[in-house]
This record gives sequence, C-alpha cells and structure tokens, in this order.
Amino acid sequence: MRPFYGEPLANGLMLGTAQYPSPKVLSDAFARSGAAVATVSLRRESGRDRAGQDFWELIRALDVHVLPNTAGCHSVKEAVTTAHMAREVFDTRWIKLEVIGEEDTLQPDVFGLVEAARILSEDGFQVFPYTTEDLVVADRLLRAGCEVLMPWGAPIGSGMGLNNLFGLRAMRAHFPDVPLVIDAGIGLPSHAAQAMELGFDAVLLNTAVAKAGDPAAMAEAFATAIRAGQLAADADPMPPRDMAAPSTPLIGKAFLE
Amino acid sequence: MKLQLNGAPLDSDAPTLAALLEAEGFGGAKVATAVNGSFIPASLRASHPLSSGDSIEVLAPMQGG
Repeated sequence: MRPFYGEPLANGLMLGTAQYPSPKVLSDAFARSGAAVATVSLRRESGRDRAGQDFWELIRALDVHVLPNTAGCHSVKEAVTTAHMAREVFDTRWIKLEVIGEEDTLQPDVFGLVEAARILSEDGFQVFPYTTEDLVVADRLLRAGCEVLMPWGAPIGSGMGLNNLFGLRAMRAHFPDVPLVIDAGIGLPSHAAQAMELGFDAVLLNTAVAKAGDPAAMAEAFATAIRAGQLAADADPMPPRDMAAPSTPLIGKAFLE
Repeated sequence: MKLQLNGAPLDSDAPTLAALLEAEGFGGAKVATAVNGSFIPASLRASHPLSSGDSIEVLAPMQGG
C-alpha cells in the first residue's frame, strides 16, 4: 500500500464516525474492524452541553489516525476556513477536502475543489480531496499540491458501489504512484474488495457500516473484504477474456465416442 | 452589545473573544473559533476585541463521514 503523505497505514479501511446508534456501537465497530483512520467533522458547540468534548475523548481513545472533513461546505472560503479550524482542533495537517457543488448527488464542485486545494496545500495542509474520477481534474489537483486523490465510487450515502469501473481503472493506470482512495458510495464489502482489486490503496466509508443492523459485524466484514481485495491485487490477477479456455488439460483425454 | 453566537442572538459585555468563551461556558473546551466568517486562532482570542453586531462561531469535534 502506498503511504499517505509519508504515513504508512496498517490497512486500507478509513471509517466514518457518523450515524451510529450509540457511541459504544461506534467504538465496537472500530475495535472489531481495526480501521486505520477515523473521519471526523466540526459542528457548532453548546457551552451548556459541550457534547463535542465527550466525542473528542471517544475518538482519542480509538487510537487511530484522525482525518477531519469539510463536509457541508459549498464554497472555497467556507472550506478553507473550516480546514483551518479543524487543523487547530484536531492538531493534524490532514484534511478531507469537500466542496459540494450539487445537492441531489453531493457531487464535488471540482473547480472550487482545485482552488481550495491549492490554497490549503500552500498553507501546509496535506489535502485528501473528495473528487470525481475525471482525469483532468485529478491532474489539476496534483498540480495544486495534493499527493492523494479520493474519487467517489457513487454519490455519498447511496450504497451503489463503483459506478464507473472504466473511469476508476483509468485513474489507477494513469497515476500509478499516487495513493488513491475510493470515497463514498460503498454499500457492501464486495464493493470495497472490488476497489482494492483494482489497485486502490484504501476505501473510505461510513453509512454502510453505521446503518447496518449490526455495525460492528459489518465493519469486520469490510475489513476482511479490504484485506482480501488487497491480497488479490498484490497477487497479480489474471486478465479477463471473452472466450472460454479449458482449465483441465485435454492431452490424454480418453476417446469414448 | 448585541452579538450572534452560533446563529443565536446574545447580549454580552465580553470585551474579547476569550472573555466571551469563558462567560458562555466554553472555558477549557477544545473548540475552534471564527468571527464574521474569519478563523481566529486560539492564540489570538485574548487580543481579539468584539464589537456590536459581530457573529461568532464556536465549533467542536463532531461525528463525520
């Protein structure tokens, strides 16, 4: 697995922390999956409840890499300001950069994304951009200073899996040295395994685990699938072909007509 | 003076951002702050004066995907 800004990860599972039925279920999902990275966010805090403080203690106890996001940001300014606030609170240069451009699909605004990525990279951030599989945009993001790319598999929360296999395969082939993460749209462990089989370095998901009937079991299923997919990719899979090719040797076959 | 704190109206005499945080229950909390849409680092809160009409955002770690 390629390192992320020089940081090697123990495995390719990046797990979100939202939508779990309880903090304990969240902790169990991380414990059982061994996820290497937890994605987190920033929201308004109440001086009375101070709910964010308890959540921060819970995240610290997970002992994983923390990847804050700019979820919900629709403009460059909003995303850049949020990134600065996240860097101070979470004490990390990593930022999962989201600049949302369209409400129905939550598709990234790739123009704003490139601009925000450039501003943040120049300011010392290590940007994980949530992008599409568009190769031109990917190239612009790399030139803006990104050293990781995170194309979507499908719209956030849709669970549809990898919608554009050709595009994702092309991205892997086009940027052989860049760490690539499938971010969003994953619904089943088989989707995650497929991403890893394509040669991706990690899979970032949240809803598929948090909204499962048994989130901890589903988290383990994803971890297992990601491990299987990575083993398969490292084992150099056979190329597919259109026509059958007998696997049992024909030499020595009896003549029984 | 009249302020907006996390979108809600607030009457406060706090002269600085640091004083406001202390008065509103954020003392010692892990939060990040912005005033009128601009990030104010923790190190500058004590020297950041507040004026009537300022809009203050106080954010803390939260669940995210």
